[in-house]
Amino acid sequence: MYKYDHYDQAMVDTRVAEFRDQVERRIAGKLSEDQFKPLRLMNGLYLQLHAYMLRVAIPYGTLDSRQTRMLAHIARKYDRGYGHFTTRQNIQYNWIRLEDAPDLLADLATVEMHAIQTSGNCIRNISSDQYAGAAADEVVDPRPFAELLRQWSSFHPEFSFLPRKFKIAVIASETDRAAMRLHDIGIQIIERDGEIAARFYAGGGMGRTPMIGPLIRDFVPIGELISYSEAILRVYNRYGRRDNKFKARIKILVHEMGAEKFIAEVEAEFAHLRGLNIDAPAAELARIKAFFTDPPFEAGLPDEIDRLDPDFAVWLDQNTHPHKRPGYAIVTISLKPIGGIPGDASAEQMELIADLAERHSFDELRVTHAQNIVLPHVRKADLATIWGALAEAGLAEPNLDLVTDIIACPGLDYCSLANARSIPVAQKIARRFADQQRQRDLGELKLKISGCINACGHHHAGHIGILGVDRKGVENYQLLLGGSGAEDASLGQITGPGFDEDGIVDAVETVTETYKTLRADGERFLDTYRRVGMTPFKEALYG
Amino acid sequence: MAEPVEEPAVTLDAFLDQSNATSVRLEEGEDARALIPHLDRLSLIEIGFGSFGDGRGYSAARILREAGYQGELRAEGDVLVDQIAFMRRCGFDSFAPERPLDPEDAARALDRWSEVYQPAADDRTPIWSKRHG
Ligand code: HEM
Ligand code: SF4
Repeated sequence: MYKYDHYDQAMVDTRVAEFRDQVERRIAGKLSEDQFKPLRLMNGLYLQLHAYMLRVAIPYGTLDSRQTRMLAHIARKYDRGYGHFTTRQNIQYNWIRLEDAPDLLADLATVEMHAIQTSGNCIRNISSDQYAGAAADEVVDPRPFAELLRQWSSFHPEFSFLPRKFKIAVIASETDRAAMRLHDIGIQIIERDGEIAARFYAGGGMGRTPMIGPLIRDFVPIGELISYSEAILRVYNRYGRRDNKFKARIKILVHEMGAEKFIAEVEAEFAHLRGLNIDAPAAELARIKAFFTDPPFEAGLPDEIDRLDPDFAVWLDQNTHPHKRPGYAIVTISLKPIGGIPGDASAEQMELIADLAERHSFDELRVTHAQNIVLPHVRKADLATIWGALAEAGLAEPNLDLVTDIIACPGLDYCSLANARSIPVAQKIARRFADQQRQRDLGELKLKISGCINACGHHHAGHIGILGVDRKGVENYQLLLGGSGAEDASLGQITGPGFDEDGIVDAVETVTETYKTLRADGERFLDTYRRVGMTPFKEALYG
Repeated sequence: MAEPVEEPAVTLDAFLDQSNATSVRLEEGEDARALIPHLDRLSLIEIGFGSFGDGRGYSAARILREAGYQGELRAEGDVLVDQIAFMRRCGFDSFAPERPLDPEDAARALDRWSEVYQPAADDRTPIWSKRHG
């Protein structure tokens, strides 16, 4: 895992001092709220319905136990004892006082963490594959490239006042676990003829105008990763729309300009920039890569697992994933207990997870974009112990990728932009489908809920998506089917008129029951939907 | 920081139309690259910031410096103390803020960052270069 040197530490410490100064000027009235807003946003501080919300960056979703314990400490000291893991692999605290924010950031800096550029119209925290370094199907570990981009994009003087926020995801396998093509820039690290390179997609995104990013360059030599990124950002900064905040994302630019013209502009800028020595030397990438080498895996570990306890066996089948090394497994800890708040974890749960990571996963853990936690490198022999500890803490829900593994945004319970509540809907659906047998029978089913058109809950990318809208002052929910954020990316289609809160729970059930009557052998819900189309579902819902 | 050249800057159109003017003013949406053929006779380029949140001027400034412009590059308009360090990195060397900056705050802002992660239009050495000598 990456470790700061004195340079990285100095950057973060300087930022804490700068923000302390800005908060003091704000409190003293030297800065108006208008002037302060972009500054606090660049430090992850949003003003929400009840209090300030602070978003802490977890670069490419990777944490160690010391950092996780600090997140628990912050939950306890500055919040109400819990935190909320987000779809961008970050953590949010919902009850922060402005006066406390500088101290909180100073605490974070002691464990090489920060809230830099977690909001605002700048390049945001870079996300990646939660199985990086552990999955059998990756070309290389994508995180060193994400780290290189993190450093380049931190305090970038040209790109701190972009038309709108800018999100980058980096993956390195054909399987897309990071919704890469739904990002402003999606990068897939590839290998061709023994050479590592980057494949670039741009102009993806969700929000009110969801788009799947087109391929804009199939092969960028890895030594030019930064200059090519810089070319895209410059074209966007110069030509992205600034007249309408809802049309300001790069996806609109790519769409309105047309991918071909956009590519031509980027290529021209790239031709200019690549001569300017913007890329770090290969030695820098090598230095970063050295932090991401394999931990000391043991050889000759057994692959057999004692499956005598039926509950353990269910969890084992659902929440573990094959590891690249024999004798190891990747564990997903579900933050989706039935009836809980998706993505929430208490300080005590974070501490337990930190202990497990330290003891059983080479001190590493990951946050996933589906708001769960991953222990990437677990000996199979330790799985039963881990499961026992998780079960005791209410963290052993065996529902990874099942209908109750719901992504939900904070919605009207916290968010000032919301039209409708998301969390209670997620809770009701989870309760309706609580029966494990039933969930497993339905198989992989990604359900995603947003409380408004901004789509923080990825509803466009849900196999089943739910969007909260405001209908004459009443909360109403639209249903979408057929979205995917994976390598087969697609956008969900709205079924028809919306439903009220109980109606939407029934509607989801109608859809899953319809699927059961239609599915062919081995078909997931998404496959069936793609084969039979919307009509039978529409008939069942409205017929 | 350079002393501002006291001379009214003409608009980009006026400049391109005539002229023997040695200064020009660019508005946000205007293409800095239109000036590249004329850089050697320019001693002042003023870039307007109608609103501090509109960051196009940062790219314009860097483009001009990358093209070799040596004269004064002035940021005019909604220029705030928390932006000037970024502006300087993009090549601005003078500031004409609409609302005057507190000189102490400005000095502090310009001095704050002892290191930078990336090369830009100033002569600062990026961290990666220091790491590898
Ligand atoms: C509670 C405070 C929040 C506010 C005010 C907020 C605001 C917004 C807005 C305005 C957009 C639309 C941007 C656009 O399309 O240009 C957006 C998109 C998004 N937000 Fe949030 N958000 C909040 C919380 C969250 C949380 C908790 C998550 C993660 C669970 C999140 C993740 C995202 C994602 C993934 C998008 C997707 C779309 C995209 O970037 O294209 N946000 N948010
Ligand atoms: S989708 Fe809407 S309601 Fe949900 S967090 Fe985002 S802005 Fe708020």
